[in-house]
Amino acid sequence: MSKVDVFLDHTAEWLRGGDADSNIVVSSRIRLARNIEGYPFIQRLKDDDRKEIIRLVSEALQKISQTRDLYYLQKADMSDLDLLFLVERHLISREHAAEQAEKAVAISPNEVMSMMVLEEDHLRIQAFQSGFQLMETWRIINQIDAELQKRMQFSFDPVLGYLTACPTNVGTGMRASCMLHLPSLVLTKQVHKVLQALSKLNLAARGLYGEGTQATGNFFQISNQMTLGQPEEEMIDNLVSVIRQIIEHEKEAQVYLKEQKQQKFLDQVWRALGTLKSARIISSVEAMQLLSLTQLGIQTGVIQSQISRQDLFALFLLIQPAHLQKLAGKPLSSAERDLYRADLVRERLRKLSL
Amino acid sequence: MICTSCGVEEATIHLTEINNNQMMEIHLCEKCAQEKGTEFKTHFSIGDILSGFIDLEDAATAGRKKQALVCAECGSTYEQFTKSGRLGCASCYTAFSKLLLPLIKRVQRSVQHCGKSPEIAGDKKGSSIQSLRQLREKLQKMVAGEEFEKAAQLRDEIKKIEDKKKKKDSNE
Ligand SMILES: [Zn+2]
Ligand SMILES: [Zn+2]
Repeated sequence: MSKVDVFLDHTAEWLRGGDADSNIVVSSRIRLARNIEGYPFIQRLKDDDRKEIIRLVSEALQKISQTRDLYYLQKADMSDLDLLFLVERHLISREHAAEQAEKAVAISPNEVMSMMVLEEDHLRIQAFQSGFQLMETWRIINQIDAELQKRMQFSFDPVLGYLTACPTNVGTGMRASCMLHLPSLVLTKQVHKVLQALSKLNLAARGLYGEGTQATGNFFQISNQMTLGQPEEEMIDNLVSVIRQIIEHEKEAQVYLKEQKQQKFLDQVWRALGTLKSARIISSVEAMQLLSLTQLGIQTGVIQSQISRQDLFALFLLIQPAHLQKLAGKPLSSAERDLYRADLVRERLRKLSL
Repeated sequence: MICTSCGVEEATIHLTEINNNQMMEIHLCEKCAQEKGTEFKTHFSIGDILSGFIDLEDAATAGRKKQALVCAECGSTYEQFTKSGRLGCASCYTAFSKLLLPLIKRVQRSVQHCGKSPEIAGDKKGSSIQSLRQLREKLQKMVAGEEFEKAAQLRDEIKKIEDKKKKKDSNE
């Protein structure tokens, strides 16, 4: 059994839900890019340096009470499937998964905190919270960062701030983001307006797994684009106020669908659930789209919910390729996954009646 | 649009891959995308936007300097940076500052860090207080809670940080 499998049995903390708007803002995430003083950046790093950094970080984490219980996984501990599984859970990036040289990842048991060692920068520290909790997320990661800095020195310049391999991250090294579920804005074809406005505000929008504008399951990750020139809290404040507006737009679009487009809306929602409850073969893209509509149906009271928010959002994760194969306990081809996925979805949605 | 891999299914996944600094649009059906898996390691990343910015740079002024710029610390050249979008070490920022600072200014709209810094972050007392604003908020609370002794200490601390900051600012 792989060490990574411990995460399969429980729901990630960031999926837990909580506040009223957590159907719209699913999760909040902040990552900090840091490089250890005295070592070149990743491209110039020798193999011995890589090993040394992996060891240094491991030692530092051991000494910090908040990070002592982190799982510390190195390259040899993780198969390709494990790596893809961690990508799907947003614990590592695709780039880190693909890295062929020595690397490591530290993950807290509840998945609130994780750290990529030797990604684009020596350290990419990440904190994750469910719902719309950017400030709380900042508090967590800020504290871990401060603890780390008592034990290691990071490359820092008084003018430019924290120095990163890519100048797009220099300064705070901070990328704060929220995962938004915006089915109503997509259905009412307004989401492009929102995305355009974001780029004018120097905020970035990506899909669930960092893809471009093609947002599967109507999920959008919205984050700050610039990392320099403002204190961290100010950057977060900006992001928070913009996201507040997006929440309002999504709610307005929901009301519009329910009141102005009632028949069409009911048809779409019920067809989505109908397909999910009867499909024998389903791709992940189709399943995500239909789950998104089902969730919207529950959220708007069209579908009587006999399934918890957490279980429904967890399904978005469980139907991804690596999760399916972990659940099945064996490798599955793409065609086999489509069968297994359909079975899983029907089973998990059995309590929802048409 | 038809999948560029199998040429049969409708493409639903559209990726931008960076290969040898060339941007390529790839359109895949769900099945092919899953089979390729992590082969597509570089999605459209901010680093690539940056390379775009570099290309915009005035070749007449930058061209000659580009060749000559080498970081003495790690041996990276500015040209390598323009290709990869990644610097070789912390000293590259100083070595390439002439070309790098205008670039940072364009991408980040600023060249002055105002966020947390190691001195405050690594505070011996282990407090999680990072910014002046947070310190001031704490000070207000202390005054409101009539913890005057602590408040006086904190006020001195804030003053010290502010003075340091002012010195830094006037040095520019
Ligand atoms: Zn195909
Ligand atoms: Zn260098």
